[in-house]
Amino acid sequence: MRKGGPLFFIVGFFIFSLFGWVMFPKILFLEKTQPIDFSHVAHGEEAGLSCEDCHYFRADGSYAGIPSIDKCMECHEGGTGLEGKAAQEEEKLLEFAEEGKEIPWLIYSRQPDNVYFSHAAHVKMAEIECNTCHGDMGEREHPPIYKKNRLHPYSKQTMAMETCEACHQERGVLNDCFVCHK
Amino acid sequence: MKEVHKNGVKWGMVIDLDKCTGCGACSVACQAENNISFRKDETDRLRRISWLEIYQISNHLPYPHTRVIHMPRPCMHCDHHTPCVSVCPASATKTGADGVVSQVYPRCFGCRYCMAACPYHARYFNWWDPTWPKGMEKYLNPDVSPRMRGVVEKCSFCYHRYHRAKNKAFMEGRRELREGEYIPACVEACPSKAMTFGNLNDPHSEVARLAKSPFAFRLLEKLGSEPKVYYICTQDWVRKQADNYLEEERLRHE
Ligand code: HEC
Ligand code: HEC
Ligand code: HEC
Ligand code: HEC
Ligand code: HEC
Repeated sequence: MRKGGPLFFIVGFFIFSLFGWVMFPKILFLEKTQPIDFSHVAHGEEAGLSCEDCHYFRADGSYAGIPSIDKCMECHEGGTGLEGKAAQEEEKLLEFAEEGKEIPWLIYSRQPDNVYFSHAAHVKMAEIECNTCHGDMGEREHPPIYKKNRLHPYSKQTMAMETCEACHQERGVLNDCFVCHK
Repeated sequence: MKEVHKNGVKWGMVIDLDKCTGCGACSVACQAENNISFRKDETDRLRRISWLEIYQISNHLPYPHTRVIHMPRPCMHCDHHTPCVSVCPASATKTGADGVVSQVYPRCFGCRYCMAACPYHARYFNWWDPTWPKGMEKYLNPDVSPRMRGVVEKCSFCYHRYHRAKNKAFMEGRRELREGEYIPACVEACPSKAMTFGNLNDPHSEVARLAKSPFAFRLLEKLGSEPKVYYICTQDWVRKQADNYLEEERLRHE
């Protein structure tokens, strides 16, 4: 063996580990920010809304998800006299409303088209807390950075199949393919 | 497999051929409900996709003894040694605890063993990416994911309707469905009420009652695949054709 062989190995190992563990994940995910810096804290405690006022179930059991801009305009019509940074964010909201557009929110948990998920099963029947799956989304002042995977249109924050299956296994829920796929 | 859904639900269908007029409403409803794309030339039987095919069968006797009936053929959701499931090398198709044979499109890599194995020709291959006439994509069913080129697809007993029905029941705090809350699109569309759908394991259900009729039979019963789609017909020749034996085979069985 030539002299310096182990050194080359160690240096090479280091460079590639650095690339694989540190650089690649950075390159893989495109960081995006929400169209409006929406604060859950401001709307919870300060505006006196509960989660169900905005994220509610329809009568047929489907989940309404993120509210439409009409909901926001119930309070923000004509502006609420905010100042500074908050006023700028509110201005964006008013612009969307003026143009008659919906706000293009980025959905962290969005699943592929062929996956079926039911909030009714988890929230109504199993009474699982929102933060078990969504983390601290409901208590945030600012929405987190949305990390879009460059290889497909979903985010890093979305739940993987094995996470769903692990909890189902633990709680004795069926794991047949058609439970979650359509 | 069989023990698993002994006490739970086992979805099944009964099709009364005496009532079927061959109008094709079930097939059309299926096509629209399940986002099945179509091509310019739908007469190409080898390439077209139709989850619910309607066969016309005849006794081939000269007039005035000629008899013709129509036979809608969804996926049979075989219960025992399901032929497609046992040959799939990718686990893309499985028999669920409720007896419905699933197909997960992203898992399928298009080898088409299942198509060769299926005794009922209930499976179809996507030779092309699906296309719809301009503007029609807006009318696709959001509950059914469209398939891509290179995968196999088949009838799912409109499983998305099961999801929808269960979601509604969850809102009322129920896990069990009442009879009729979940039925596939074909059953709903049938104008002569020839199709019945429900839980075969529930002795009080209409399907379970009809499946026990002395005129009930299943296609190719001799294979032992235990289809969960039953047919009813009072005409003997139809029931005979459903289990087509070759001449010498018939002798052995009699
Ligand atoms: C004023 C209406 C409103 C209220 C009240 C509200 N939210 Fe939201 N929620 C939103 C909007 C708008 C978004 C999208 C922007 C974002 O992601 O922050 C959102 C996003 C979310 C998401 C992220 C979904 C995803 O995957 O992208 C979760 C989880 C969530 N809210 C949970 C909660 C919880 C828990 C509460 C109660 C503590 C709550 N929300 C109260 C409006 C509201
Ligand atoms: C119940 C009335 C109400 C509704 C509904 C409501 N807001 Fe607000 N919003 C408020 C109040 C009150 C404040 C000021 C909070 C404060 O003092 O910080 C506020 C502040 C804001 C701000 C300023 C920045 C911040 O977050 O502090 C933005 C942006 C905003 N809201 C966006 C929205 C959007 C988007 C929706 C619809 C999803 C919405 N709001 C729905 C009452 C409401
Ligand atoms: C068992 C895990 C789980 C729990 C518990 C849960 N969610 Fe979700 N949530 C998801 C998944 C998965 C999605 C993505 C669904 C999809 O894309 O089909 C989602 C999507 C959402 C969205 C975006 C939906 C849309 O289509 O716009 C909101 C908002 C949301 N959840 C809020 C909540 C709130 C509020 C609660 C608590 C009441 C909650 N979730 C409880 C897993 C969960
Ligand atoms: C924290 C645990 C947990 C996680 C994570 C979870 N589930 Fe569930 N899931 C449950 C429980 C518990 C039930 C049973 C609900 C009930 O009581 O009927 C359930 C039921 C379901 C049902 C309804 C089953 C039925 O009978 O109709 C579907 C669909 C489902 N889960 C899909 C998913 C998907 C998709 C994911 C991942 C994105 C997921 N679940 C993640 C716990 C979980
Ligand atoms: C508890 C819910 C659940 C069950 C049960 C489940 N899946 Fe999934 N599956 C998911 C979710 C959520 C995704 C999307 C997220 C991801 O890719 O991990 C997914 C993605 C997939 C994908 C595409 C992504 C990949 O990893 O290649 C395939 C293929 C797949 N599932 C096959 C199956 C098969 C086959 C079965 C039955 C044996 C099954 N799944 C059962 C929830 C489930």
